[in-house]
Amino acid sequence: MSLPGFSVIYYFLIFGRTKTRMNIQKNWWKLLAAVLLFYTVILGFLGPVPAREILNETIRNLYFHVPMWFGMMTLLAISVVYGIKHLNKNEMRYDIIAREAAHTGVAMGILGLITGSLWARYTWGTWWTSDTKLNGAAITMLIYFAYFILRGSVEDEQKRARLAAVYSLFAFVMMIVFIMILPRMEDSLHPGNGGNPGFSKYDLSSQMRLVFYPAVLGWVLLGVWIMNVRIRLALLEEQMHNKESSWNDILDKH
Amino acid sequence: MINEVQRLLYKEFLLESRQKQSINGIVLYLVSTIFVCKMCFRSLPQPAAWNALFWIILLFASVNAVSKSFMQDSKARFIYLYSLASPEAVIVAKIIYNTLLMLLLSLIGFGIYVVLLGGNPIQNIPLFVADALLGSMGFSAILTTMSAIASRTNNSFTLMAVLSFPLLLPLLMTIIKISKNAIDGLDTSISYKYLLIVLAINVITGVLSYLLFPYLWKD
Repeated sequence: MSLPGFSVIYYFLIFGRTKTRMNIQKNWWKLLAAVLLFYTVILGFLGPVPAREILNETIRNLYFHVPMWFGMMTLLAISVVYGIKHLNKNEMRYDIIAREAAHTGVAMGILGLITGSLWARYTWGTWWTSDTKLNGAAITMLIYFAYFILRGSVEDEQKRARLAAVYSLFAFVMMIVFIMILPRMEDSLHPGNGGNPGFSKYDLSSQMRLVFYPAVLGWVLLGVWIMNVRIRLALLEEQMHNKESSWNDILDKH
Repeated sequence: MINEVQRLLYKEFLLESRQKQSINGIVLYLVSTIFVCKMCFRSLPQPAAWNALFWIILLFASVNAVSKSFMQDSKARFIYLYSLASPEAVIVAKIIYNTLLMLLLSLIGFGIYVVLLGGNPIQNIPLFVADALLGSMGFSAILTTMSAIASRTNNSFTLMAVLSFPLLLPLLMTIIKISKNAIDGLDTSISYKYLLIVLAINVITGVLSYLLFPYLWKD
């Protein structure tokens, strides 16, 4: 079956069963995400790739491993921006967005670690090695786990939102230091660091770029989509909670 | 502002001189930790391990020393303090005070460490001093703010370690690298880029602490 065929089926799976029509003007990017990811998966596994020693067919992991980090960075950046917005405006809605963006970003980061670990197993011969870039990525996850523990240990909503926003700013800055600056200063096995060539050097015929750039966009959009769904769910839960408590107030009064 | 910071610093020193047991406690913590290491390791011939252990001991001692900077005071005293001084002055004074405290700790710690675990002659002393100075500033900026965050939560002591250790790691790794270079007697120019990283982290965390602290103390 051809690519458009898949997309049409996917479209009806998601939007076809509901009575309401999808608002294309508002939700075109979701459709774009679906189309790009189908393109990525199909061409990523079947398309031509340059034959390289050691890398062999694992080079296709480029379409999955690298975009995960792009997705994580985007989502964590959204989280920080909404944290700052919350500090400025003191609106709980922004805190919910910051929280859900961080959740989704960390999930993508974990996927990035797993795909990277798999790739390391088949190219470097080990699941994990003590490398600046790898450790930096793992510690970034630790920092964000600490962020969730911080959120969990404050009961007052306003206070929790403020503390979390402050911590997430620190966390984001340290993440930049850890995965962008430190690996470039020291020896690293990871491509693009420590004097190693990045993938742009391997791909002389630019075959991979045709899949890689759409893959990055597709995965980032999927991450934003998941975040969007989570935020809507969290806002609904919040509304329900508020209704329930106000209903209880009325019951208490009478 | 500067006047306020001066007065707050004076208050910190006055408090410390009146309650000597807290600073003595930290020094004792340092001595006992080093003694435990001495008993476990006996001797540490490799400079790399010697160097790393020294900074790890200092890391734990400093987390303990700084964590009390916002937890020890009572809530009522805090409210009184905040009605007198601006939050910016409070955080600047605390960071300066903690930097001095950390410098003192690293000095005392280094002395005891050399005596107990055997000296490893440091060949580039100016570099080591610069490293300790910059490191103390960075540790103090991060730990003071994390202590302010942790003091607002329910399980502040666990959270202090959980929040600050991963944030301190880039700083710690760079500091260890510089002090290894100092021990090996490498030329200072080799370590310039690492000193620059530490300086950059210090500036960033200092500015973040200064800007964000006002959001931390108002309840």
